[in-house]
Amino acid sequence: MTGPATIDEICVVAVAEAFRGDGEILCNPIGTVPIIGGRLARATFEPDMAMTDAVSVLAANILPVGDPDAPRVVEAWMPYRDMFDIVWSGRRHVVMGASQIDATGNQNLAAIGGWRMPKAQLLGLRGAPGNLVNHVTTYWVPNHSTRSFVPRVDVVSGPGYERVADLSEAVRNNHEIRRVVSNLGVFDFSNAERRMQVRSTHPGVTIGQVVEATGFELVVPDDVPESRLPTDEELHLIREVIDPTGLRRAEFPS
Amino acid sequence: MTEDDVVARLESGMTIGIGGWGSRRKPMSLVRAIVRSDLADLTIVSYGGPDIGLLCATGKARKIVYGFVSLDSIPLEPHFRIARQTGAVDFMELDEGAFYLGLLAAAHRVPFYPTRAGMGSDMMAMNPELRTVTSPYDDAEEFVAIPAFRIDVSLIHMNRADAAGNGQFLGPDLYFDDLFAKAADATFMSCERVVPTENLLDEGTFHTLKIPRLFVDGVVEAPRGAHFTECPPDYGRDEAFQREYAATARDAEAWDAFRTRYLEAPDHEAYLAAVDGRGGAGTPS
Repeated sequence: MTGPATIDEICVVAVAEAFRGDGEILCNPIGTVPIIGGRLARATFEPDMAMTDAVSVLAANILPVGDPDAPRVVEAWMPYRDMFDIVWSGRRHVVMGASQIDATGNQNLAAIGGWRMPKAQLLGLRGAPGNLVNHVTTYWVPNHSTRSFVPRVDVVSGPGYERVADLSEAVRNNHEIRRVVSNLGVFDFSNAERRMQVRSTHPGVTIGQVVEATGFELVVPDDVPESRLPTDEELHLIREVIDPTGLRRAEFPS
Repeated sequence: MTEDDVVARLESGMTIGIGGWGSRRKPMSLVRAIVRSDLADLTIVSYGGPDIGLLCATGKARKIVYGFVSLDSIPLEPHFRIARQTGAVDFMELDEGAFYLGLLAAAHRVPFYPTRAGMGSDMMAMNPELRTVTSPYDDAEEFVAIPAFRIDVSLIHMNRADAAGNGQFLGPDLYFDDLFAKAADATFMSCERVVPTENLLDEGTFHTLKIPRLFVDGVVEAPRGAHFTECPPDYGRDEAFQREYAATARDAEAWDAFRTRYLEAPDHEAYLAAVDGRGGAGTPS
């Protein structure tokens, strides 16, 4: 497979970039594009990160996605109970989805229309409350729109910066929303107000499109770069090694 | 014991803990025995899958306490969704790790364990009964105090067990089944096969013997007792059957047929005969 990088591959690299500098922690992306991004980061610039096989072990080799029979080099047993120990140890960087996210980074995975009697029950709180107050989190939102980037989330599963501002020093020190990666661009909270800020837009996407698709006021710096393109080595790893069957494309509206 | 013998030890209004995780190694033959019974007003404590879905859809659950409810390959449990969206059940939804601490506190007979999980999220608003606790040490940090679950009876499913109640898991994860057993006043364990105690090491090392008889009050031999959830290495999930189950949530007629055919089967053997007799190469998805 050859040809220029496509949007799914640019998103994979944007997720991988979120792990840069993490070192020897558990890289724990959830979802296809995030998993490919995590495995790409480990195969290139973050070789010390540990990753699960998405079942119950840490695998020392780079596994292809969607192939439960791929041979794995097991380096540790990781049943769910031990996963919570890692969460609470802080040595983890998770990538989760967000059905809704707001300007201060509050995430909703739980329900649309409030939690009492929701209009639509979604995944629930899952591990988000514990993740956010223990270790680094990145969000992956493949459908950037005013329905997902909202002024106020219906339920706070993962608390954003405003919600933790009054909590203990330990919680504030543990809490970091490293990036929000969407199909339009990459965002972070690297300003003093800790409000969502545009970090880069994907090639072919204008700031105007991003602002239009966002239901709150984004912080837009004067100079917004384009998200970086995958290198040739990265394209090879994505296309031939980590995702040879192209599962990454399924998360994008066609 | 049989499944019905276990149900005879349960009472309406009890709190029942159910082991497994999502759609994995659930004691489904015991869950169906509850569905067939006259029991009512149960509180169910579970890392939930179709156990919670079925007990909600059949009106057995008055309250559900969960870290999540999912069918794994089908992320949203459709019968659970209906129960939540119609307000049919009371609920206590906790962070997945916080739920573990509720089990652990019960197993250790302490009133709570502290955690940061929940601070700043809507977990606190959703569960007004949750309180916080301040560290008595110099840090004086405020924590969520996850209360110990009060569980009358736990139900778990193991790969192997002996008649005395020693249980063995042979799959990749015990989940929290040992804590469910330790947290409850009584625990009943179904298993794929009962073996003599001296044969417990035939298929796994002693590391797999995580359920000692001290915490088990009765054993039910139920081959394929976790169906349609997975029970590796004995069998995987019956995905076709799970899709059929999930589809019943949108179709009253399909639900009635499912109920008659599978849930009203008088015992586990009759259920398996109905499952095996459904013919064809699975069902349309």
